Amino acid sequence: MKPAAANTASSKLGAGKPRLTTSAMIASIASEGQRTKPAPFGHALVEMAKEDSSILGMTADLGKYTDLHIFGQAFPDRYYQMGMAEQLLFGAASGLAAEGFTPFATTYAVFASRRAYDFIHQTIAEEDRNVKIVCALPGLTSGYGPSHQATEDLALFRAMPNMVVIDPCDALEIEQAVPAIARHKGPVYMRLLRGQVPLVLDEYGYSFELGKAKMLREGYEVLFISSGIMTMRALEAAKALEKDRIDAAVLHVPTIKPLDTAAILEACGRPGRLVVVAENHTVNGGLGEAVAGLLMRQGVHPAFRMIGLPDEFLAAGALPTLHDRYGISTGAICNRVKGWLG
Amino acid sequence: MSSVSIGHNVSLERRAWNIRRHAVLMGEVQGQGYIAQALDIADVLATAYFHAMRYRPDDPEWEGRDRFLLSNGHYAIALYAALIEAGIVPDEELESYGSDESRLPMSGMASYTPGMEMSGGSLGLGLSIAVGRCLGLKRKGSDSRVYTLFSDGELDEGSVWEAIMSAAHHKLDNLIAIVDVNKQQADGPSTSVMAFEPLIDKLEAFGWFVQRVDGNDLGKVQAAFDAAKAQYGRGKPSMIIADTLMGKGVPFLEAREKNHFIRVEAHEWQLALAALDEGRPS
Repeated sequence: MKPAAANTASSKLGAGKPRLTTSAMIASIASEGQRTKPAPFGHALVEMAKEDSSILGMTADLGKYTDLHIFGQAFPDRYYQMGMAEQLLFGAASGLAAEGFTPFATTYAVFASRRAYDFIHQTIAEEDRNVKIVCALPGLTSGYGPSHQATEDLALFRAMPNMVVIDPCDALEIEQAVPAIARHKGPVYMRLLRGQVPLVLDEYGYSFELGKAKMLREGYEVLFISSGIMTMRALEAAKALEKDRIDAAVLHVPTIKPLDTAAILEACGRPGRLVVVAENHTVNGGLGEAVAGLLMRQGVHPAFRMIGLPDEFLAAGALPTLHDRYGISTGAICNRVKGWLG
Repeated sequence: MSSVSIGHNVSLERRAWNIRRHAVLMGEVQGQGYIAQALDIADVLATAYFHAMRYRPDDPEWEGRDRFLLSNGHYAIALYAALIEAGIVPDEELESYGSDESRLPMSGMASYTPGMEMSGGSLGLGLSIAVGRCLGLKRKGSDSRVYTLFSDGELDEGSVWEAIMSAAHHKLDNLIAIVDVNKQQADGPSTSVMAFEPLIDKLEAFGWFVQRVDGNDLGKVQAAFDAAKAQYGRGKPSMIIADTLMGKGVPFLEAREKNHFIRVEAHEWQLALAALDEGRPS
């Protein structure tokens, strides 16, 4: 087994030995020097809860790891610790919603989408309860291995009737999505970026609207359609591709369901652009296939490529290494786009 | 109107008998159904709806009602019978049971039926929902109770024990759970599928107020409900372990080799009604 040394352990290693990259459960996906905001979900939920007394916080022993502890500190009597029991967490959330409350229930995306799926399906989605499921470590944002890498959560929740599915890009979007999903009546699954969360979209005059895709930059050769952190990567790739005189547009699609079909069709209908869907998710059943299906049904047939995670159990390791290996780093995106353009 | 729907001059025995009869009539509509379970649980449901619970038949979502969560959704035929008897579901809908467009599907679903508070079918959900309901009622300062019925087979589900642990942790003394111990599961006797005894010891160790009664003895069931309701304010959830006899009230079904899904031949529904009618209480 490959040793995974923590950063702090490096001083104990021989001076001549190369420092190993870490697979620790890092709290942020921000790259070095990137602008960030701390715990945007926790702070936004506190603000929203000040005006909406129906909002409650619930977690399954991951309050500190989903930034919900900030809500818990602000509203201790509105914060429910349900123990490490995800089925209970979502069943009880359904019960609280049935009594008129708006529970925000947090855990890791793997546990909501895999372990508690039937509970969410039956007690929340089928009963159409007003529960907001907010889950950390979406896609490949943990180097801990498949147990914590939620590479199929979007496909699973897309398949669930009644469920709204959100994949936010950055701190600004999370801040704006929290009040938006609180006001939406019905079940919502939102991916969560926790800790020091990159701040990107403020430079684009962006504002989140539930169900709306937004064109963040225009370009005539490539159209990135992306969600979540892949929008950040697509924006970086678009900038980098300028040096190669490749002009790329970025359409950000934070609401995976319901999909903003009009915006996607309009963007894809513009002739001559290579459409590249980029998602932090397996290529099976996520945004890429959602867009592909839409285009096929509507008879819109641009050149089409998908960037996403492979249909395999991913490795443990350092995130930058893994993002390179699986093709979702900015560099990997640029290389693939250049290859496709020939 | 009164918040209590207890009918006038109708004995609890007669309520239970009526529930059994409604259930058999529904079973006859489809020629199938979990009739043996409906017959075994009729006394518990009669006690819940005509002795213990607070509700308004013409306003099933009245905020002040006690909540009844049917975790074992396949017992829907029994709950529909109770809801019909309680006047929450009109009599005439009985013959639509399990049919297309009916509000009475084979498995209980919250969005279909007045008085059905949760969607069952998938087993082991009810207690977790009940925990949330109880927390919510306490938040609202309501003294409404949450009743939840589940089957002994559901004790196999880990989620049930998550909820049992949680209800004690959160001191949910507004929760009254009833487990129907008829000792039969889909694959056979519970003792061979997954042994769950000693149930009293286990539940007491989990911090519950536990009573075990003959679930077909109306007097004892009533006393158990009364004692469970009296737990309110004492910081412990209540469990009533109801030992029941599948097919109760129809001797030839009681005697039939026990099955989770009991086979009743077409001509036997009328025989079952006749057998019930022989035991009709005043």
